[in-house]
Amino acid sequence: MSTLPAIHGPQGRGLLLLELDGAGSHPAAWRVTRSAPAVSLAPEHLRGAVLTAESAGFHAATFSDPGLQDTALPDQPDPGTAARLNALQRAAFAGPVTRSLALIPEVDTVYTEPFHVSTQLASLDYVSGGRAGWLVAASTSAADAGAVGRDTVRGARLAREAGDSIEVSRRLWDSWEDDAVIREVATGRYLDVDKLHYVDVDNDNYSVKGPSIIPRPLQGQLPVLAPAGLLTPEDVAAGAADALLVSAPAPELLAAEIAGIRAGLAIGGSEPALIAELDVVLDSRGQTAADRLAALNGHTAWQSPRARFVGSAVELTELLAGVLAWADGVRLHPAVLETDLEELSQLVLPELRRRGLLAPITPGATFRELLGLARPASRYATAPSTPASAASVTPTAGAEN
Amino acid sequence: MNHSTRPATEFTPSGQLQLGVFFQGVNSGTVWKTAESGSQTDFESFRRIAQTAERGLFAAFFLGEGLRLREHLGRPHALDVAGRPDAQTALAALAAVTTNIGLVATQNTTYNDPADLAHRLSSLDLLSGGRAAWNIVTTDNAWTGANFRRGGYLDHADRYTHAEAFVQTAKRIWDAWDDDPIAASASSTRWAAEGAVRRVRHNGRHYTVDVTPRLPRSAQYRPVLFQAGDSPEGREFAARQADVIFSAHPQLDDALDFRRDIVARTLRAGRGANDVKIMPASEFILAATPREALEKKAWVRSLQIGPQQAIAYLEQFWGRELQGYDPDGPLPEIDPVVEETSETRGSGFHGAKARQLADQWRAEAKEQGLSIRQFVSAKTSRGDSTFTGSYSEVADRLAEYARTGAVDGFNISPWLIPSGLDDIVNHLVPELQERGVYPKQYAGSTLRANLGLATPVRTSAGVEAAAAAAARTSAVTG
Repeated sequence: MSTLPAIHGPQGRGLLLLELDGAGSHPAAWRVTRSAPAVSLAPEHLRGAVLTAESAGFHAATFSDPGLQDTALPDQPDPGTAARLNALQRAAFAGPVTRSLALIPEVDTVYTEPFHVSTQLASLDYVSGGRAGWLVAASTSAADAGAVGRDTVRGARLAREAGDSIEVSRRLWDSWEDDAVIREVATGRYLDVDKLHYVDVDNDNYSVKGPSIIPRPLQGQLPVLAPAGLLTPEDVAAGAADALLVSAPAPELLAAEIAGIRAGLAIGGSEPALIAELDVVLDSRGQTAADRLAALNGHTAWQSPRARFVGSAVELTELLAGVLAWADGVRLHPAVLETDLEELSQLVLPELRRRGLLAPITPGATFRELLGLARPASRYATAPSTPASAASVTPTAGAEN
Repeated sequence: MNHSTRPATEFTPSGQLQLGVFFQGVNSGTVWKTAESGSQTDFESFRRIAQTAERGLFAAFFLGEGLRLREHLGRPHALDVAGRPDAQTALAALAAVTTNIGLVATQNTTYNDPADLAHRLSSLDLLSGGRAAWNIVTTDNAWTGANFRRGGYLDHADRYTHAEAFVQTAKRIWDAWDDDPIAASASSTRWAAEGAVRRVRHNGRHYTVDVTPRLPRSAQYRPVLFQAGDSPEGREFAARQADVIFSAHPQLDDALDFRRDIVARTLRAGRGANDVKIMPASEFILAATPREALEKKAWVRSLQIGPQQAIAYLEQFWGRELQGYDPDGPLPEIDPVVEETSETRGSGFHGAKARQLADQWRAEAKEQGLSIRQFVSAKTSRGDSTFTGSYSEVADRLAEYARTGAVDGFNISPWLIPSGLDDIVNHLVPELQERGVYPKQYAGSTLRANLGLATPVRTSAGVEAAAAAAARTSAVTG
């Protein structure tokens, strides 16, 4: 680790995230899985996967939503790639099934309605007991644009769409103050309308009036994760993201990349958690990781922007121990879920936990608590309210439009 | 599932009833003021209702939707039981803790994109093993549009042509995959068979879609479609497109008329006489004896329409504050301050000539000797959709609906969350089973099977057919 900058990294938070994508992150994973190829669409497979991840000691699961792919033949889905169910729904399904796992769906910001996205994520927080997060994506796919009849968004506008969508959600999540539902029998009021707020977002693309149609999420604000580099430095400095996902070309460069980004962020004054991204192929059942990867790549090449670890569980443990000293967490993308998750849960996680490198697991803890984030007050909250007065309506008949 | 080859030309009563449960909010039907009233937002309330319904072999669990908080005199409505979750997100969670009950999401055609909504409904359908349904609703107002990218773009007159083009596009998306398209084994060269998916394109006045759908069919082929519109256009739309009508005609005679009307429209649309099921919205107030049930009803009504609800109800039509009026006195003698009653400000608000309406209501209340509170209670209690009585009395009444084929079942709105289904499941369901008009077990694991619906016929096969359909749709909307 001689390439590390001189700035000393803070102690990481010791979080392990797992990407739970169908049969695995490798596009050919379905070819080497014991289950049938349709496994990525099976609810019972999903139930098993989230329970395995939770009992293995992962802190969070992410659910990817690759959207529509631009293929050479637009009339054909990619021949090698298995279809996925909607990520947010998969996370919601996992909500009542799990007790401690944070559930983080990837949700696009460009070709979605920000009002729906905000409501869906707030609802996910309710069905998971405050364990929801949002992995922000900004689709670059022309197919995604065509599906909703929009022009393809490119370049700097992607960051703007993502930033705008986050802003809409954050304001809507605050638009009901925590104690807006009063259920006051004496006055017949279910809501204290002084604690409901119009958000009045009006950006270059669209406007959103508000308030939300669902009360404030259990966490107040869901933690927002974004790939490093997606959002503008201004949005990051303003706290748009609670965590950034950091990629590097190779595993040994991750710690330095994390340290570099952290130093840059310190200048901006924000402190999002930094989570390293890592693809993982492990030795398993007498097969070397390299042989397994070669076999998989023989079917379909694995193109990924992330660093890739290919080796033994012992080597991976050492690598993670090193990265976790600099990063707040690592998100692992197992090539083949059932194979690599078995190795991870039997060999890697127990050793990391034995060394005290992982955050404790607390059933019922919120995702914000895992990240060490306090529950924020609503931006619209005023001083503690006066006792309920009789007037529940104001004499502004017909004035509002 | 039965594959119907020829549409039936005559309606045949099945002699059976199905039950659905509509998890309420927003309107005044929900009693939130008693010690037994639980949370309207905690997931546990949803889980409890859904699991109770499943214990009672209910066919479906419904969630409603309103995409903007209702307002009263220009501010969010303080008396509203507001705050419902996103329907599909909550239903995806319920899919994990239920096994047979249908999961019905009310979703608006106006503020969604067809490809996105069809994909999410497909996803819910697969995630639930073929139990998803879509309750199709349509709105037209710019006021709700203020929450969306599109804004308010739809004229009232266009809402059904728009909705129909939307639903046709969704059906084409659900029809786009062939049967059994996914590789049976890992040795296949492709995950999905070559040519198994057709691209869907629509170029209409209100939206453009060009998509190669991502998900194959579910165990029930595609989500079941519910529809609730009661206008002639709404009925025509349902007769052409829907599987089930969530109707507003619960009284036996009225229900029989409605059935005849829908059967005639369904036949004219080229579908079978039994193809569209009818389930009216309803409320049940039950007890061991008729007298106890009547006492319970008085108590429920007093909690549903309190003095503030009564005044607020009139305020929305008068367009002015009426706090000075005695809820137990006569209707206000002052006139409304608006020409039209508030144009749509959320569900249940209807446009009308305000002054004319006030005159009419004052006369009505005077004639019947009703106070504000009594009058509003009568107006809002959905009196004709309430079944009040002892368990056996109500079971006898319902058996008559089954025998005559007036309805296929009832969509029950429990007035209490989360225990509001308990007496129905514990006492009414066994009485119905004894009378032979209610299932003793689920007919299958899909909603379509449990409702006795046939597998749909593919709407288009091949790109050419799809393109032709797109051209026709464009002609309708454009």
